[in-house]
Amino acid sequence: MAEQGLLTVPHVEEKKKKRPPKRYWEETNTQQSKGGEEPTGEKEKSEEEAEQARGTAKQKQKSPRDGPKPRRRKNEPSFVSRKTDPFPGDKPIPVGKLQKYQRGEQNKVPREAGKKLKEALKSSRSLSELAQKQAARFDVLLPEDAGFLEGEDGEDTCFIAQEDIADAVDLTSGAKYFNLHLSQFGPYRLDYSKTGRHLLLGGRRGHVTCIDWQTKDLMCEVNVMETVNDVKWLHTEAMFAVAQRKWLYIYDSKGVELHCVKKFNDVLRMQFLPYHFLLATASATGFLQYLDVSIGKEIAAIPTKMGRLDVMMQNPYNAVIHLGHTNGTVSLWSPNQREPLVKMLCHRGAVRSLALDKTGTYMVTSGLDRKLKVYDIRAFKPLHSSFLPAGASCLSLSQRGLLSAATGDVVQVYQNVWGSCPVSKPYMAHRVRGQVCGLAFCPFEDVLGIGHGQGFSSMIVPGAGEPNFDALDSNPFRCARQRQEWEVKALLEKLQPELIGMDPNMLSKIDQVGFETRHREQVEALGYDPLQPEKFKPRNRMKGRSSAGSVEKRKKKVAHVDQRDVIKQSVEEKMQRQKELEEKKKECDGGQKSALDRFKK
Amino acid sequence: MKVKVLCRNPDDYVRETTKDLHRVPRNYDPTLHPFEVPREYTRALNATKLERVFAKPFVGSLDGHRDGISCLSKHAKSLSTVISGACDGEIKVWNLPKRECLRTVQAHEGFVRGICSRFCGSSFFTVGDDKTIKQWNMEAPGYGVREEPMNTILGKTVFTGIDHHQRQCTFATCGQTVDIWDEQRSTPILSFSWGVESFSSIRYNPVETELLASCASDRSIVLYDTRESAPLRKVIMQMRSNTICWNPMEAYYFTSANEDYNLYTYDMRNLDAPLTVHMDHVSAVLDVDYSPTGREFVSASFDKTVRIFPKDNGHSREVYHTKRMQHVISVRWSADNKYIMSGSDEMNIRLWKSNASEKLGVLSYQEKAAKNYNKKLMEKFQHHPQVKRIARHRHLPRDVLKQKREQRVMKEARRRKEQNVRKHSKPGSVPIVTEKQKHVVAIVE
Repeated sequence: MAEQGLLTVPHVEEKKKKRPPKRYWEETNTQQSKGGEEPTGEKEKSEEEAEQARGTAKQKQKSPRDGPKPRRRKNEPSFVSRKTDPFPGDKPIPVGKLQKYQRGEQNKVPREAGKKLKEALKSSRSLSELAQKQAARFDVLLPEDAGFLEGEDGEDTCFIAQEDIADAVDLTSGAKYFNLHLSQFGPYRLDYSKTGRHLLLGGRRGHVTCIDWQTKDLMCEVNVMETVNDVKWLHTEAMFAVAQRKWLYIYDSKGVELHCVKKFNDVLRMQFLPYHFLLATASATGFLQYLDVSIGKEIAAIPTKMGRLDVMMQNPYNAVIHLGHTNGTVSLWSPNQREPLVKMLCHRGAVRSLALDKTGTYMVTSGLDRKLKVYDIRAFKPLHSSFLPAGASCLSLSQRGLLSAATGDVVQVYQNVWGSCPVSKPYMAHRVRGQVCGLAFCPFEDVLGIGHGQGFSSMIVPGAGEPNFDALDSNPFRCARQRQEWEVKALLEKLQPELIGMDPNMLSKIDQVGFETRHREQVEALGYDPLQPEKFKPRNRMKGRSSAGSVEKRKKKVAHVDQRDVIKQSVEEKMQRQKELEEKKKECDGGQKSALDRFKK
Repeated sequence: MKVKVLCRNPDDYVRETTKDLHRVPRNYDPTLHPFEVPREYTRALNATKLERVFAKPFVGSLDGHRDGISCLSKHAKSLSTVISGACDGEIKVWNLPKRECLRTVQAHEGFVRGICSRFCGSSFFTVGDDKTIKQWNMEAPGYGVREEPMNTILGKTVFTGIDHHQRQCTFATCGQTVDIWDEQRSTPILSFSWGVESFSSIRYNPVETELLASCASDRSIVLYDTRESAPLRKVIMQMRSNTICWNPMEAYYFTSANEDYNLYTYDMRNLDAPLTVHMDHVSAVLDVDYSPTGREFVSASFDKTVRIFPKDNGHSREVYHTKRMQHVISVRWSADNKYIMSGSDEMNIRLWKSNASEKLGVLSYQEKAAKNYNKKLMEKFQHHPQVKRIARHRHLPRDVLKQKREQRVMKEARRRKEQNVRKHSKPGSVPIVTEKQKHVVAIVE
């Protein structure tokens, strides 16, 4: 495994001596001597591999029997050259890689399980292990490596100018650093489409434009002649939503107004949940609303009662909406509940910005108290906080975990945000012409988009984007036909808003609610107890036999049954109480304990 | 400064010509595929709905008989041939793919009671109400030649059923006695009787080929070994069994179709209680046949429905009915496990798919993969209430539905009464009898 790093040539060309191709089993000493020169990406890799090698070694030590033992059969044909395979069997997979593909914990076989259940569990476990192994082995075949930036000795990466980077890299990558000078319609909000190909810009004074930013093709450009608060792509690049002064509008990629949704007023921020086809909006009136864009229906309108909502972010792991408030709290919302799922106090002053990572583990917040805090939102615990002299007005997290924070007209990018110590030194920094208003990393690219008062800047941030995309999920190179196919598939798989909750894997877990709890819930929902035995109601009889007296008489006939139950219950309760009393008394009396009492059960 | 920026060459990701397949690079990293479980659940729900949408089990009907179909038989070798007998003594040989009648023979006077094909498929035997056993050539006679049986045996009493040995030239009939015949002789080589009774059905065990099982009118199921001179044992039940069928894969199990609306699967080695009681019919069950895989069986009932049961499940997984189908007298599962034939009172033989939503014909690789994936998903999420509700729902004729409800009420009343009796009598004096034990009266060795 350790040699894979050597085999892959880094993208920046350096003159190298030609070496004979190494086989993966051959030991190499060159790595150590070369270690100092290696770029970080490779260093990381080699560390990882060393760890993995340790892991495998440990495995071997632990159980020589379990490991992939060379299976020799008697009739196994030997090689013509009479050589034996020095590493028989499958190539071991490093532990770390296997862990990456592990889903949940392995189910335990209950001791009292029958033979059939045990067999079924065993076979399902072996199948899932096989799938995990195959996925881990597939890692080698991934075509691209992540980008990186490293200074020469003594050189600080945060002082490297964007122009220098653009000069150093190839032409196509260099073209990803560009500025759009749009000083008229000032500060710009932006959004990249899910595939990362298309960019949507919305100027505060009504300028809305969408661009295929890699080819620099202008798709449309309109002025809506109204204040624009936020812009958002919907599920494809064919439609986008614009939150304007009063209402929410939906345009197509030619700039034609498709809908004006008057149920959504004074929208300040929007988030699109791509798997649920929901557009979540937060308004100045304190309403959090959900619009199902596939059927055009409002799913939920939640009055948050928290005042003006201008900080909003979605958790891509579980589609929960995070709202930041002026009193320093962050609240978590799902469309199924009118109260927040969680409310956490994050800052002394108002919350200015929020960012969430794609695994749904970490949340980064910045507030008016000029602090930058990192939270673990599985445990709702702060990891660390740092003080930024000017405070961050916008935050954004990239797919590979780089954090960008805008303070005034400077954008800083931090690395290792969820390390053990708080961030201190930025990885990169860039100054733009005006106050930063919107920040977003482009998915699957090493690019950070910055919307500011004087237009838009695209900044190269090496190592930000996920190098290998999954074409069935989001394919930046898809053609129109593929997009249509994907749209149909995605609509078929649209998740219902009822499934939004803190744990998206809840559906695969066993509902272990007991009979009592379920019964109690049922009683609450229905308003009566469906299991309660019906009260005796005498049948109506003809010919005067249903007179009040005879009815009472008939009732009396069965009255003792109910009475008997009541008496039985009360007697039982009495007995229980008495028993308890006696026990207590015994305990009190038995103050003098003998030494042998400890063996009593 | 060392720098590398992500830069993808479109040549690696876009197909070269429009004739090519699209390139689909994959990355199985779980973080790139959020909402795995809810998406799978949605897919499972969609698959379940689609399965119900595509559930069109009726393939076609074979009409031509002039009276109710009394018995059906598969050809031993050919998948496309089926032989049917009617209540007017007529026999028809059918070609299934063409859905046409190949031959019509007026074989008996009165009912045709039983048909069985010889193991080599060269001829078949029929028994009828006219006390004869006739052997017919499978090949149709030449043009202008009269249909004549190859062999006719005159019996003393009426025969009600017939079955042929798997490998040898012997066959068994039942009537007032169970007789074992040699094809060459006109008298039975063996004759079993146990008390005065008449038998309604007889079946050879497909694996242990010397074993026989038959249903008698004195509510018993009797087992025989042809190597012995006396019957092995019998189990007497509360109601009469109509037909019996052995499981072809685990041949120690057999299932009997009973008059009390139930089917009973027994283990031959332990007849004390049935292994499973299959309940769902609302009238007498008239015929039963196993699938060649031995995992499921199909039953025909007087309530005008055909039901398919998994072998170890108490309730049916599928029910077939049409507006015009009357009492279903006989039913057979085809040897390729794909179709079910049912013969009913109103003179039609109907052809059904054994899996209602299965697509007929050749499946492409993608279709097969999608089918398997959907099947697995449905299995994974089968216990979720939404999925279960859709998968379980079947439309039933109004009569059947009504009767089903009525019987549920009756059953509940009986249970309540028993509970009350138990409550008001001395503890232990009213034993709890399980559903399985209820129906067995006695076992006689």
